[in-house]
Amino acid sequence: MYVAVKGGERAIQNAHAWLAEERRGDTSVAGLSVAQIREQLSLAVNRVMAEGSLYDLDLAALAIKQARGDLIEAIFLIRAYRTTLPRFGASAPVETAKMACDRRISATFKDLPGGQVLGPTFDYTHRLLDFKLAADGETPAAAQREADPAPVPHVTAFLNREGLIEDAPHDDTPPPDLTREPLEMPADRALRLQALARADEGFTLSMAYSTQRGYARNHAFVGELRIGTVAVEMDIPELGFTVEIGEITLTECETVNQFKGSKTEPPQFTRGYGLVFGQTERKAISMALVDRALRWEELGEDNVGAPAQDAEFVLYHADNIQATGFLEHIKLPHYVDFQSELELVRKLRREVETSQHQEAAE
Amino acid sequence: MSDYNFAYLDEQTKRMIRRAILKGLAIPGYQVPFASREMPMPYGWGTGGVQVSAAVLTPDDRFKVIDQGADDTTNAVSIRSFFERTAGVATTTATTEATVIQTRHRIPEVPLAEGQILVYQVPIPEPLRFLEPRESETRKMHSLEEYGLMHVKLYEDISRHGHIATSYAYPVKVEARYVMDPSPIPKFDNPKLGGCPAIQLFGAGREQRIYALPPYTRVVSLDFEDHPFEATKADHPCGLCGADDSYLDEVIIDDTGGRMFVCSDTDYCETRQAAGHRGKDAA
Repeated sequence: MYVAVKGGERAIQNAHAWLAEERRGDTSVAGLSVAQIREQLSLAVNRVMAEGSLYDLDLAALAIKQARGDLIEAIFLIRAYRTTLPRFGASAPVETAKMACDRRISATFKDLPGGQVLGPTFDYTHRLLDFKLAADGETPAAAQREADPAPVPHVTAFLNREGLIEDAPHDDTPPPDLTREPLEMPADRALRLQALARADEGFTLSMAYSTQRGYARNHAFVGELRIGTVAVEMDIPELGFTVEIGEITLTECETVNQFKGSKTEPPQFTRGYGLVFGQTERKAISMALVDRALRWEELGEDNVGAPAQDAEFVLYHADNIQATGFLEHIKLPHYVDFQSELELVRKLRREVETSQHQEAAE
Repeated sequence: MSDYNFAYLDEQTKRMIRRAILKGLAIPGYQVPFASREMPMPYGWGTGGVQVSAAVLTPDDRFKVIDQGADDTTNAVSIRSFFERTAGVATTTATTEATVIQTRHRIPEVPLAEGQILVYQVPIPEPLRFLEPRESETRKMHSLEEYGLMHVKLYEDISRHGHIATSYAYPVKVEARYVMDPSPIPKFDNPKLGGCPAIQLFGAGREQRIYALPPYTRVVSLDFEDHPFEATKADHPCGLCGADDSYLDEVIIDDTGGRMFVCSDTDYCETRQAAGHRGKDAA
């Protein structure tokens, strides 16, 4: 005997209680503190801040804890929290040329003003599991040196002085705000960069990788990759001047790309750009490659039909919160639509059978 | 949840959504872009409908949520409790008592009345999307009223299957102008879209679109003279209440092919049972 399904509410409550228990895991093992996540899983925290579009280490660490380490779920928590925050105003553009760099490398010049600073990188490590970590081995302190106070100018600025790279003219037009206005096509570069800065790391990486493998290849050199802190300044109308309200860590990548030149312009390199919250260099490099691929039209290149050249395709599918939500919604009930499909398929099958019978009879 | 504003969204966001709704009502069937917000439930789970509901709800409203016609499916329960917590509005399962009804995939069986608002959750608002994936193209097609592609698709269905092989999210034409996706309601529900005394609002959160049908709008399901539109349902009466005019869910009751058909609209079915109607499978 069928009784219409009841009790969804209690089932949900119980499922959530079970989830909370599973999140905690074995209670004989000490629980993780938010501070531990913030300090020891800092690259996860950085990714959650970047794709969640909210710079707050503690909230990102809390989200990771609550999400059981599922970073897309954690990003979702941050995004949902972010929407509820009032907006006081906009900061002045941050000055990445004045960044206090922890890391600054160039793949195009062996040495350059400001020097090559490797910083805390996985590069050149041998990826061998370190069993000492499992045994709670303490880490010896790293060697220290006074920071060099000399300025660290952008590599592309050197090239620009010789006119070897396309100019990036100063533009004070306020950029559109993806989180306050619907994304509409065609999207200008500022809007595309904004979307890419919060785009899924995996998606952006694969899109960038596809350009390297020949789908709209653009011969990218990492002109410069820098990670460090910049001051955030805001103009306070009541005070009449700009004050520093804090500092944030950013990863910036500028690529130097091919350009053949045209009848009117001499050969020149072109630019790709990536800028992401936190130490997130894989994402920043990927962003720069995808940015460059999306610029085909303004640079007068051919559209070779590559996915990374297709702004609609890239921008409409880059957001992991939109993607995961829509993907996972197919778990929801679809009885009604499935029922109407059932009726239709049965009807079509009946008609085929009938006509086959008739043919056989004839 | 007292830290949040009434119905979760802040007033500026609601104002923005209300403007989109008003524009949608002024141009029936036209998809108005709006700056959809992240909501605390995932995209694809009704965030468009939730934002529209949040923008239209007032403290005096009585709110009903259905999913697949039922008040007690998990997602309906979740959205109803969300507004109970964030807006503190009264809720109901009775279609006739609700002032705002948020729905996924169904229109209630009981005809709606003036003063009611039906809010649809919409996954893909663009009826031309699966014919043309590019938004820039489809918007052009709408502005030029270039709907030939849709008719070709329906015609190809007929030439291949003998019927239009679209059974839900069946496209409609609104006031002889815009082709509109009615959300994935079964085509059985399409005739209820037109001439409806209630306001019908459609919210697509992930796709950032709102559209609307003001009361008593002319809505016509696309068809051909020799292949007229036909609203279909399972050819059975409801096993519980005996209704033969309601849309039915098919329920598998054993592993030997046994099945029964019951109303998908749980309020309709329960109201009929309470009035003494019995189907053949009723206890």
